[in-house]
Amino acid sequence: MSVRDAYDKAKAEGRAALVGYLPAGFPDYQGAIDAATAMVEAGCDVIEIGLPYSDPMMDGPTIQDAVHQALVGGVRVADVLRTVEAVAATGAATLVMTYWNPVDRYGVDAFARDLKSAGGQGLITPDLTPEEAGPWLAAADEHDLDKVFLVALSSTDERIETITRHSRGFVYAASLMGVTGARTAVNTGAPRLVERTRTIIGKDAGTAPHGGALPIGLGLGVGTGAQAAEVAAFADGVIVGSAFIRRLLDAPDRAAGLAGVRELAAELAEGVRGRA
Amino acid sequence: MTIDSAPGSAMSASESATVPDATGHFGVFGGRFAPEALMAALDELDREFAAARKDPEFMAELNGLLKDYAGRPSILTEAKRFAEHAGGARILLKREDLNHTGSHKINNVLGQALLTKRMGKKRVIAETGAGQHGVATATAAALLGLECTVFMGEVDTQRQALNVARMRMLGAQVVPVRTGSRTLKDACNEAFRDWVATVDDTHYCVGSTMGPHPFPMMVRELQRIIGVEARQQVIDLTGELPDAVVACVGGGSNAIGAFHAFVDDASVRLCGFEAAGDGVDTGRHAATISGGRVGVIHGMRTYLLQDEDGQTVESHSISAGLDYPGVGPEHSWLHDSGRAEYRPVTDAEAMEAFSLLCRTEGIIPAIESAHALAGAIKVGKELGPEGTLVVCLSGRGDKDMHTAAEYFGLMPEGEGR
Repeated sequence: MSVRDAYDKAKAEGRAALVGYLPAGFPDYQGAIDAATAMVEAGCDVIEIGLPYSDPMMDGPTIQDAVHQALVGGVRVADVLRTVEAVAATGAATLVMTYWNPVDRYGVDAFARDLKSAGGQGLITPDLTPEEAGPWLAAADEHDLDKVFLVALSSTDERIETITRHSRGFVYAASLMGVTGARTAVNTGAPRLVERTRTIIGKDAGTAPHGGALPIGLGLGVGTGAQAAEVAAFADGVIVGSAFIRRLLDAPDRAAGLAGVRELAAELAEGVRGRA
Repeated sequence: MTIDSAPGSAMSASESATVPDATGHFGVFGGRFAPEALMAALDELDREFAAARKDPEFMAELNGLLKDYAGRPSILTEAKRFAEHAGGARILLKREDLNHTGSHKINNVLGQALLTKRMGKKRVIAETGAGQHGVATATAAALLGLECTVFMGEVDTQRQALNVARMRMLGAQVVPVRTGSRTLKDACNEAFRDWVATVDDTHYCVGSTMGPHPFPMMVRELQRIIGVEARQQVIDLTGELPDAVVACVGGGSNAIGAFHAFVDDASVRLCGFEAAGDGVDTGRHAATISGGRVGVIHGMRTYLLQDEDGQTVESHSISAGLDYPGVGPEHSWLHDSGRAEYRPVTDAEAMEAFSLLCRTEGIIPAIESAHALAGAIKVGKELGPEGTLVVCLSGRGDKDMHTAAEYFGLMPEGEGR
């Protein structure tokens, strides 16, 4: 399923899409596949597979710990692509979330080609904005991949317009100014950012590639069913990462970790349906 | 001598001022690989710096501080006894070690601290390796009444404990960073993480010619005074341009500061010396241009120590200030364009030069600067007795006494390793 189809399906069901993040290789190669599969089975519509990177500049302690564990465990870029292949085989729309240097080193076009052949839908790029993305924009178009860029509370309307014009699949709205990690409450500024973004997308309907129909997923700091329900009331998708990792990190053993991930996905799936 | 402020000054008329372009690119290098959340702040900084350097009041305040607080201009000292070990070439030391706080870092920090106030922000954060930039930032923050937090790798807080104490005495909060290699690159990561959450009231005072645009350009402009002064001083002294300008390169701010005024002087060799640790062929080094390949780190495209998956490789150097796996993008550009040459200096070569300067000139250099001195010995021997070298002595070595005493076995019985 494509990312766009996943969002459309959720919309047709009168709910927000549930997007779950997990780094490849965490807690180990098979463990990540098992956990992502559990997330899909329990209600995630879209899976973001993180590419573990040595310098995760925008991540808080939880994802830093997971990524560190994955790298110490020896995960390689080839393993990330194999993980994508396994997760995409579940039928869920599967993206890769990555800092830019590993893709740059692999070769942008080669990465796009190999991601596509693994069944991946595209890339989320937290440290790459459209201005520096020339080779990626070309490769994504060449290989028919989604380009998910981020908008932030600090983004000007002009920047939101540039970013949404270059996005495909969905646009990732960062709910707060800060690094990844669960927070106790959804930032009060988040609805306004989604509203601004939606207005700009609508205004560009006639001129932008998205044709006015680019879904908006909201992430950063969301980790409970109640928060998912709150976000689902104003965004098209709810993105959760650190909370899944926390379940795996805190579990006494592998089976308990998987059960925890499944339980959280089910809780969030209720949330995106407005039942929390 | 002051920093140029007027448009059409020697600086903006020079060919070298055509880089970076408006979006911060030095050829293929530099740029802005940063999270969207920081874009508004980076744009604001770019605008404010452009406005400030045309504002006579701002420039008068900055030049006043450089003169009456930092102690500029720094002097040029001829190192005659040291030169006997460097092929007899004439060695002129640009004494950035005599600046207030003991290094060139104060030049950059005073400019950025004033900009912080101009932007209405009340807090500065900084990364630091050896602690020179952290101390300079803490100093400027104290002077201008700003809050200050300095991120420092835990390994570096141990090998530079004296500078941690200095920063704390100056009222700064020092945060030991315990992630990754626990050195300078990890301190940078942590500073960016803080900044993205605090950008409304906080300025990230980047310590070198690195990071996303406009930092590499802005820090160069603030450090450029080193070469502007040195160029005039060497002409006053010898009647002509030097044959070479020599500096150590970690992130590369003292080097770009020393080089920049000479870029259009085609006869002047620009020689950067990178920290080769145990040797470039051992894999335990920080010689980014000599031993790395082009990639993206900390917001910029530049030479980078990385493995075949694009993971950053940990750097190694006896010098905390050079222990960084990237390098400022303008150095990558000067390297690829052939205008400057970059070569490695091992720990052992640097420490030999460190000792030599102490014993021949009565000057204790920073271990970072000792890499430039080791380079000067090489270049001096290449040039011979007719040659004249300007060497950027970027900092003083008081902070390195513990490392040096251990290295040379000078610790009293029972206190060494």
